[in-house]
Amino acid sequence: MSNTSAVTGARKSGGKGSFSLIQLLLEGRAFFALIAIIVIFSFLSPNYFKLSNFLTMSNHVAIYGLLAIGMLLVILTGGIDLSVGSVLGLCGVFAGFLMQGIEIPAAGVILYPPVWAVVVLTMALGAFVGFVNGALVAWFKVPAFVATLGSLYVARGVALLMTNGLTFNNLAGDPALGNTGFDWLGFNRLFGVPIGVIVLAVVALLTGLTLMRSSFGRWLYAAGGNPRAAELSGVPVKRVQISVYVLSGICAAIAGIVLSSQLTSAGPTAGTTYELTAIAAVVVGGASLMGGRGTVNGTLLGAFVIGFLADGLVIIGISSYWQTVFTGAVIVLAVMLNSIQYGGQGKRS
Amino acid sequence: MTTQVTDETPHGIPDDPEIVLAARNVAKSFGAVQALKGVNFDIRRGQVTTLFGENGAGKSTLMKILSGVQRPTTGELILEGRPVEINTTVEARDLGISIIHQELSLAPNMNVRDNIFMGREIRGPGGVNFAEEERQTRALMKELEEDIDPLTKVEDLRLGQQQIVEIARALSVNSRILIMDEPTSALSASEVEVLFKVINDLKTKGVSLVYISHHLEEALTITDHAVVLRDGVMTAYAPRNEIDLEWIVRNMVGENFDLGSPPTGHEMGAPALELKGLTVPATASAGNAVDGLDLTVRAGEVVCIYGLMGAGRTETMECVAGRLNATKGEILLHGQEVSHLSIAERIAAGLVLVPEDRQRDGLVQTMTVGRNLSLASIGNFTKGFLTNLRAEAGIIDRSIREVTVKTDGPGAAIGSLSGGNQQKVVIGKMLATKPSVILLDEPSRGIDIGAKAEVFRILADHAKDGMAVVYSTSEVGECLAIAHRIIVMRRGKIAAEFTHDVTKEAIMAASGESLVA
Ligand SMILES: Nc1ncnc2c1ncn2[C@@H]1O[C@H](COP(=O)(O)OP(=O)(O)OP(=O)(O)O)[C@@H](O)[C@H]1O
Ligand SMILES: [Mg+2]
Repeated sequence: MSNTSAVTGARKSGGKGSFSLIQLLLEGRAFFALIAIIVIFSFLSPNYFKLSNFLTMSNHVAIYGLLAIGMLLVILTGGIDLSVGSVLGLCGVFAGFLMQGIEIPAAGVILYPPVWAVVVLTMALGAFVGFVNGALVAWFKVPAFVATLGSLYVARGVALLMTNGLTFNNLAGDPALGNTGFDWLGFNRLFGVPIGVIVLAVVALLTGLTLMRSSFGRWLYAAGGNPRAAELSGVPVKRVQISVYVLSGICAAIAGIVLSSQLTSAGPTAGTTYELTAIAAVVVGGASLMGGRGTVNGTLLGAFVIGFLADGLVIIGISSYWQTVFTGAVIVLAVMLNSIQYGGQGKRS
Repeated sequence: MTTQVTDETPHGIPDDPEIVLAARNVAKSFGAVQALKGVNFDIRRGQVTTLFGENGAGKSTLMKILSGVQRPTTGELILEGRPVEINTTVEARDLGISIIHQELSLAPNMNVRDNIFMGREIRGPGGVNFAEEERQTRALMKELEEDIDPLTKVEDLRLGQQQIVEIARALSVNSRILIMDEPTSALSASEVEVLFKVINDLKTKGVSLVYISHHLEEALTITDHAVVLRDGVMTAYAPRNEIDLEWIVRNMVGENFDLGSPPTGHEMGAPALELKGLTVPATASAGNAVDGLDLTVRAGEVVCIYGLMGAGRTETMECVAGRLNATKGEILLHGQEVSHLSIAERIAAGLVLVPEDRQRDGLVQTMTVGRNLSLASIGNFTKGFLTNLRAEAGIIDRSIREVTVKTDGPGAAIGSLSGGNQQKVVIGKMLATKPSVILLDEPSRGIDIGAKAEVFRILADHAKDGMAVVYSTSEVGECLAIAHRIIVMRRGKIAAEFTHDVTKEAIMAASGESLVA
């Protein structure tokens, strides 16, 4: 067998040249697209290339990015989570509801939970919805598309019921009640960076580490690539499936908290159609909807591409109808490039 | 090592009208990997040309080029004296060339009939003429002496039956040139016999065939011309009457291999695996696939399970590994009942299965060679939350060397490996978990004799260190390799039990199989 390894060694040093340049462009496409978007809009509008604008845009991206990271985990296992937009809305409303105080009629008191408790409870709600999704998919074998489509409606409906269709406007809390600080998330900055963006960065970092370096991350890729083989290799496929929906629900809850804090209001229709933006970001970032392929870096870039593009179109004053058209075109282009990239590998297999 | 090229190696433009399809100077590279390095190859009218070669020699690649699946980097194809370009499988079909792929290419969610006529449905007055398609499918199944209903879904069939469907599909095209890339890797001896009858029929009808197999003796019985490929180069070429088994082996790997003998000189330990009255219901039909099976395997013992397809070997193994549930019976691992454990827990306890169908159950196609190899032993290099990359690289390197996977490196895509090397990855992955009991369902499927000998040697070595080894096979010769004991299964029960000194004939008779000449 020694001559075999000698042969492979020689092969490796063989010429690659132009082949790898195309590969590089293809693999880094989201990155190059982002640069192109920044350059083009900077030319078109003097207001685009400004720090203040970048910060504003990043605040928007933070929301999409959080949803997209949760979505990525689900998509990696070969599923899809259509409920994230509704969960975002529901969790925002739930947080707003908690900030108004919980009336306990029996004791005749109104309880004002501190902000940290509001955050924890809201994340728990997101996790719960995710758990229901995951259980439906893993245990009851409901197709992910259908299960999460159901939760999309239910969560939105519950949000509307909770508020009767109205919006909570008073989220600031009251120093006398000890529940101030909710708007800190949306408005404050740490070293000049909006808190929302920092939250996104932390979530992305943790997720990236999980995917690249933990056994759970490896299980996720395996379960998405071939669940039968993964199971026979000792991967707890069902547990992995449920976990990703729970994590996606938590991400959506965090996004809901950040968004309502940014808006200083929590409305039941917040986040409508955001699930599609999140899916778009994941796909633009190079993940495969069939499962098993995708990275956090790519997804983040995808979120930035979509966010910066949308905001840029607003800044240069293009009609919102055209914005929709452009966004759609970018998504289709990205998926096309995906199939070129994976098509090449597919032929090998 | 000297590569011997006999004078008969084809070259130049074929002027012989007997040569239907010829490849001249065909080379194929995948990135930096050169799979074929200028090969000349002839297919003769009405004859069987058999292609021999190690795993990764380039056999499948050459066949894919001949059938329009892949295009050569350089070189040309000559069909009946005229240069042709074959760009797609449809073009190949129109030229009368069809192929049976090594890795099955069926749609599992569709039924047998629709798979056979996929892409060339028979038109009737009201759309597709399903009745006619079904009639033809039945006729094909009759020809192949196989009891498969045309309306069964392919995913409900056993692997061997799926292979029959794949063969039937290629036969139904009525092509002039038929390429078979390891068509028998999941077939039992009697099914192979039927296939060979079909092949001989085709020959008399003037159909030209290419045949690839790692079952050398079997392949020799139908060979008219033998060709040996080695590392992408054609090294030998000769008509049947000039060659024998030894010639093939010498040209393929350079030395003669035997499949080893049962490991001796070590103490057999306590019972490692005990099955008591194991009963597993059949998945597709009523009745039991495994019917009250009793089996004890001791530490350090190697047991071979032989049987026809449908004898219940796969079901037994899948039940022991935790994929299927038993309705009755006990599974004891080192004296402990494991029936309630999950697959993962059984792996952790030292009980692992190397599955039969590598594409469906063995490999994660989206992951690299390295990550496939380390998937099952991930717990061994994870501390707390994080995996240890260095430890993982060590495990991967060791596995690649232990089972000698021919690859560009651990980062290569799993699909870039040849079929046999993919099989070695599946075996290596489970060995890396350091099991105490290993079950292997047809471990030699698709691997060359050199690798087969190596796999058996590895298993024998592990048995010496106290591992209990159970493997199944449909090739009698492999029963007599390293097994201390040979169990013959028939209809879910143990039909006979032999020690190493039994004859092939006795084993086959016990399995209920008619003797192959
Ligand atoms: N798509 C691909 N990308 C990269 N390398 C490839 C690809 N397809 C085949 N190869 C390489 O080409 C070589 C020949 O592969 P091929 O599948 O033709 O072997 P084979 O003779 O059919 O082996 P086996 O007996 O194992 O089926 C191998 O080294 C394999 O790794
Ligand atoms: Mg092959």
